[in-house]
Amino acid sequence: MSRRVRGLLRKEFLQVLRDPSSIAIAFLMPAFLLLLFGYGVSMDASNVPLAVVVEQPGAEAESFASVFQHSRYFAPQRYIDRASARRALDAGLVDGIVLLPADFAARVKGDASAPIQLIVNGVNANSARLLEGYVEGAWRNWLERELGARAMPLNQPVMLQPRIWFNPGLRSRNYLVPGLVAINMTLVGALLTALVMAREWERGTLEAMMVTPVSMREVLIGKVLPYFVLGMGGMALSVAMALWLFQVPFRGSFWVLTLCAALFLLVALGMGLLISVTTRNQFVAGMVAIIATFLPAFLLSGMLFDIGSMPVVVQWVTHLVAARYFVAILQTLFLAGDVWGVIVPNALALILMALFFIGLARRRMHKHLE
Amino acid sequence: MWQRILALITKEFLNLFKDRKSRFVTIVPPLIQLLVFGYAASFDLDHVPYAVYDRDHGQAGRALQAAFSGSPTFDLRYVIQRQDQIAPLIDNREVLLVLQLEPGFSEKLTIGEPAEVQVLVDGRNSNTAQIAVNYAGSVLNAFNGQWIARHQQQAPPTRLVSRAWFNPNLESRWFFIPGLVGLLTLVVTMVVTSLSVAREREQGTFDQLLVTPLRPFEILIGKATPGFVVGLVEGSLVILVARFWFGVPLVGDLAVLYLGLVLFLFAAIGIGLAISSLAVTLQQALLGGFLFMVPAVILSGFATPIENMPPLVQMITLLDPLRYFLVVLRGVFLEGAPFSILVHQLWPLAIIAAVTLSAAGWLFRHRMY
Repeated sequence: MSRRVRGLLRKEFLQVLRDPSSIAIAFLMPAFLLLLFGYGVSMDASNVPLAVVVEQPGAEAESFASVFQHSRYFAPQRYIDRASARRALDAGLVDGIVLLPADFAARVKGDASAPIQLIVNGVNANSARLLEGYVEGAWRNWLERELGARAMPLNQPVMLQPRIWFNPGLRSRNYLVPGLVAINMTLVGALLTALVMAREWERGTLEAMMVTPVSMREVLIGKVLPYFVLGMGGMALSVAMALWLFQVPFRGSFWVLTLCAALFLLVALGMGLLISVTTRNQFVAGMVAIIATFLPAFLLSGMLFDIGSMPVVVQWVTHLVAARYFVAILQTLFLAGDVWGVIVPNALALILMALFFIGLARRRMHKHLE
Repeated sequence: MWQRILALITKEFLNLFKDRKSRFVTIVPPLIQLLVFGYAASFDLDHVPYAVYDRDHGQAGRALQAAFSGSPTFDLRYVIQRQDQIAPLIDNREVLLVLQLEPGFSEKLTIGEPAEVQVLVDGRNSNTAQIAVNYAGSVLNAFNGQWIARHQQQAPPTRLVSRAWFNPNLESRWFFIPGLVGLLTLVVTMVVTSLSVAREREQGTFDQLLVTPLRPFEILIGKATPGFVVGLVEGSLVILVARFWFGVPLVGDLAVLYLGLVLFLFAAIGIGLAISSLAVTLQQALLGGFLFMVPAVILSGFATPIENMPPLVQMITLLDPLRYFLVVLRGVFLEGAPFSILVHQLWPLAIIAAVTLSAAGWLFRHRMY
């Protein structure tokens, strides 16, 4: 390494050490965000408030209503009639109503099957669907028991036997935490470099650099390397927290993880650098960084929403989001293992993006004034 | 006094819109993002790729397969012949689930014994997996119903009839798009406010502002106005797109919606300006902006319900203005919730706004270097 590059690196490291915000971005922010999300974000519902209305008390009705008392999924509350339960649903006190109509007992005894009404608040469609599933499960168990007691077979021709691979307990933290690591690193990468070149332009120090013998390639190395080291440190911290604090299983190999993380970090740093070089203005660079990093990585990376279910045009757009490739790699490495069919294409995409961003940033950094 | 403030407001708008790049950044990307995100943000699955492994080869088994391939949610990609073909398909994400019929399935079904069908699901995203299993369950329920009717078997003594209020087809897009109104408004407001004071501090022009006759309160109005105007205009545009482009019903009172929007903007502006005036450099302001914005979004209940969070984190969410605004948005859009119910969301927003705006005004003078 030439003496000039060493000098630049030394200057850049000093700048990092003297403004604590870079260190905070690399270590404090990932740790803080991961702690908050790891504990805060979960799709697994329990103790869902549910109104239970029995219009006419009877043995069957009571036995069904009691099912909800003993399940960890529900926090049942008894209401005396439809109207009061409905008011509770409107006010958001309960998420659903289970209603046993007045003629329930008569119809159970008779030939026709007696309807049990379930009304869910559909505003949060996902939670509503899960609630429907839970209630249906509870109803099925109850039916089986009732019929067993009367020595009648449960007439259900085909039964579904789901087997969930990689995450049999359906623990949502297992896929959310690797996704959050990717989002974290997107922010860290962009934040670290988005302002560095713009700052030098604004303060005029880049002009000063132009009269020295350093080449732009050397300036680029000097800008990327220190933040790369910082970013990898933040990455290691995030992975360690995922493994030991949140107990996410890891089934891949660490060298693949390190390699892919390095690639992704290069993309993220390259993007920040390109923003910086293109805007040459810290204020605008900051605005672009806020808009272009967080929400796209959060919504379009496949960390939360299934990419395959998006309209085709939006699926194309997701290919521009680097986090998409990294999320696929992380979820696979953590939960499934070294599946080359997933890792190789996604890693290739990351290499292409890194070359593109850093190459473009390099082209836009010339050693002359406009 | 008003003349002074007006001059400051003019200057702030010029700062924001004079530069071509910054004008572009404030206006165009949020609108494009709304369209893209509006289509992306949905938990509903579509064209779920699946494979069939039929070890039964019977008539009834084929009827069940037809029920799946005829359903618009499922998309048959492969017919598997050997056991060892299953793992690579799931591992490489070629299919989300594999439907497996054991030998003797049709026979059991015909003689009236319970027959089992196995569904192997890629659980890497456990939420998607759970939804796919639910979909498979409803295809199966329909199949069972038809089978019972056709073979004149005894139906079970009770049945569960479920209905969803406010969103009868349980379209999760209806849930997310009103949420996006909140997210994008927040991002735009943060873009405009969180860097504004920090830039002046870094360039030294803020000290000049402080020695003018302008009082901190007047500087606050000047600094807050661009964020408010931009936020209000873009928020309104987003509401229009949500209603007319995505067709999300807007059944409630617009006045309540706008009261919520205005209070939310005040709160977000207050936080943005407070961050900005705490920061010494733009880098610190940007960091502060992210440190507020990202948790504010994740803990707002936008994607994952607040009720699922541990009690301590639930308490933290009480400080998050977005949390209240999302309830107002969804309440007004989908439920037609009246002021009397939503007032419980509006007063915390008002308090957050009052506290953060006064903090920002106080910091203008008391944080000097």
